[in-house]
Amino acid sequence: MNILSWQTLVPLPVVLPLVGAGITVAVARRRTLQRVVTAGVLIAMVAIAAALLVGADRFGPLVVEAGGWPAPMGIVLVVDRLAGLMLLVSAIVTLGVLLYSIGQGRASGDTDESDGEAPLPIFHPTMLVLAAGVSITFISGDLFNLYVGFEVLLAASFVLLTLGGTAPRIRSGITYVVVSLLSSVIFLVAIALVYTATCTVNLAQLAGRLDALPEGTRLVLQLMLLIGFAVKAAIFPMSGWLPDSYPTAPAPVTAVFAGLLTKVGVYAIIRTQTLLFPDGRLESLLLWAALLTMIIGILGAVAQDDIKRMLSFTLVSHIGFMIFGIALGSRAGMSAAIVYVAHHITIQTTLFLVAGLIERRSGSTSLTDLGGLLRTAPALAVLFFVPAMNLAGIPPFSGFLGKVGLLEAGADAGTWLAYVLIGGSVVTSLLTLYAMSRVWGRAFWQPAPKASELTFAGDTGEEVEPGTLPAGMVGPTTLLVLVGLAITIVAGPLFGLTNRAATDLLERTPYIQAVFPGGVP
Amino acid sequence: MSPNLVLVGTIGILFATGVYLLLSRSISRALLGVVLVGNGANLMFLVAAGPAGRAPIVGLAREEDMTDPLPQAMVLTAIVITLGMTAFILAMAHRSWQLSRSDTVEDDVEDVRILKKAEADDLTDSDFIEHVLGDDIPEQLPSEGTSSEASQAPGSQPAREAGR
Repeated sequence: MNILSWQTLVPLPVVLPLVGAGITVAVARRRTLQRVVTAGVLIAMVAIAAALLVGADRFGPLVVEAGGWPAPMGIVLVVDRLAGLMLLVSAIVTLGVLLYSIGQGRASGDTDESDGEAPLPIFHPTMLVLAAGVSITFISGDLFNLYVGFEVLLAASFVLLTLGGTAPRIRSGITYVVVSLLSSVIFLVAIALVYTATCTVNLAQLAGRLDALPEGTRLVLQLMLLIGFAVKAAIFPMSGWLPDSYPTAPAPVTAVFAGLLTKVGVYAIIRTQTLLFPDGRLESLLLWAALLTMIIGILGAVAQDDIKRMLSFTLVSHIGFMIFGIALGSRAGMSAAIVYVAHHITIQTTLFLVAGLIERRSGSTSLTDLGGLLRTAPALAVLFFVPAMNLAGIPPFSGFLGKVGLLEAGADAGTWLAYVLIGGSVVTSLLTLYAMSRVWGRAFWQPAPKASELTFAGDTGEEVEPGTLPAGMVGPTTLLVLVGLAITIVAGPLFGLTNRAATDLLERTPYIQAVFPGGVP
Repeated sequence: MSPNLVLVGTIGILFATGVYLLLSRSISRALLGVVLVGNGANLMFLVAAGPAGRAPIVGLAREEDMTDPLPQAMVLTAIVITLGMTAFILAMAHRSWQLSRSDTVEDDVEDVRILKKAEADDLTDSDFIEHVLGDDIPEQLPSEGTSSEASQAPGSQPAREAGR
């Protein structure tokens, strides 16, 4: 198999879900067919993403010129090791969430659609469009195409977040939509400025041309791009929108958002900071942002009473770990940051799915209402405990390995600020453990509140009976818990892969040469 | 390249008014703000294209007289995207009006919770206090349904129910 046949796979992660979205809209009335198509597309995406990762690791970045237009004129799609890994992890997670939502829909008898808990017919096409948008941003070799990818996934996320159109979802949706659009406009302005300064939006060509600009201009462009992406990645102080908007959505939607959307922002930061602005002028600013994101995020998590809100705050907090690795600017830091992204996508999604299971089992995710789950639902307790300890970074789980990688990279850097960050990371890990053990203690260990308190108002104001856990929802959650554990097992090869990816990113030449084999025009 | 001063001035005004509108709590004002800021960004691409020239069709004009076509392609894409997003916000503003008969962005759940605790002069935040002391502790965390009512004008509740 030569490199050409690997390259033909590159556009498929975008084309397949979009075609699938069209089909699922056309067959919206036939649920089974819709589910088969969506699941089939996502399984195919996992296989293709795995093949692309292997290809990119063996041959270097795989490049396709869309429409056959040569590089600086047309749009290039590039899959290097980083993009391949991101594609693979996001495809696995999306598949897991989709299977979970199918299980949820089947268990609800496809009846109670008014509250948006059971997937509406629009759910499957929108999920596929979201997957396509995420893929576009990962494989785009062009700044404007990156913007289009962001808009595709944002448009899909708007629909998913306000699914069913209930009052709480509309309330949180408005904040989310306005903040997202504002960050998109900042990104768009940054693209206009970049184009004015360099007359190109091709990332590989920009890498050379930005180096020739005056330092002040470059700093403005770097800051504009960074702010646009930082809002999407929920880096403090641009993180306020996230904990408020995520928890009201249905569990599968929150899970896929938590896994993918912020990480797309982190991916864009990695790509632009390494490829376009390699001299690291903003490293200390990013380190401070990372520290504040970690500490303030986790302090928010500790104060929460609702599991979903608490998880949203830990999501914000752990973005700080990735920014820490990126800001170090070293090979070890970048490598650990990529491992952490892969780990965190899996674990955070799993935890939100478990929160969905808890909500289904007892009708609430508020710690005030929960109790005694260890006795009444021991399987659920295991499903929560494993990813919770994974997130907190208890050995031998992948969270521990990622954090150790980051701490080592920080110690290698050796500056006082890096040591402050190391201290901040350890404190954040401990507080994460505290937040998780708080959920464990109150929801699982502590006896249940009195029977009179067991009835509570759900979204619809009706009393909800404690439900059973359908196998269709537990199965996919277990699958993702196992994927989280598997990261530990493949940690050696994974670190090898991310080390090579980090080397490529910091050298820049493999990417640029793959896009312009005959030299940059 | 010398930028067009009128365009630059217009962009400045669009951004200034757009940001001002975005800061307001009214959803329709925020929508107008998004539209204005988006159009300001679109005009920036026109500045990026440089002075207007001939249509960029090979054979109709000399290459140095042509306008740069790429910013126009990008601006068209951006306009289409902004249009779609505007339609979505309009739909949401309408739905919000249906549900609550108000055009304001409401307080988030956490703000409402802290406000309630402050009003009740409640300094306790222990995980276990309710189980130690029994039932006479007031409910601290409002459920999702009550939180939106807290920030609404009185009398909005019947309309909200009717909107369902």
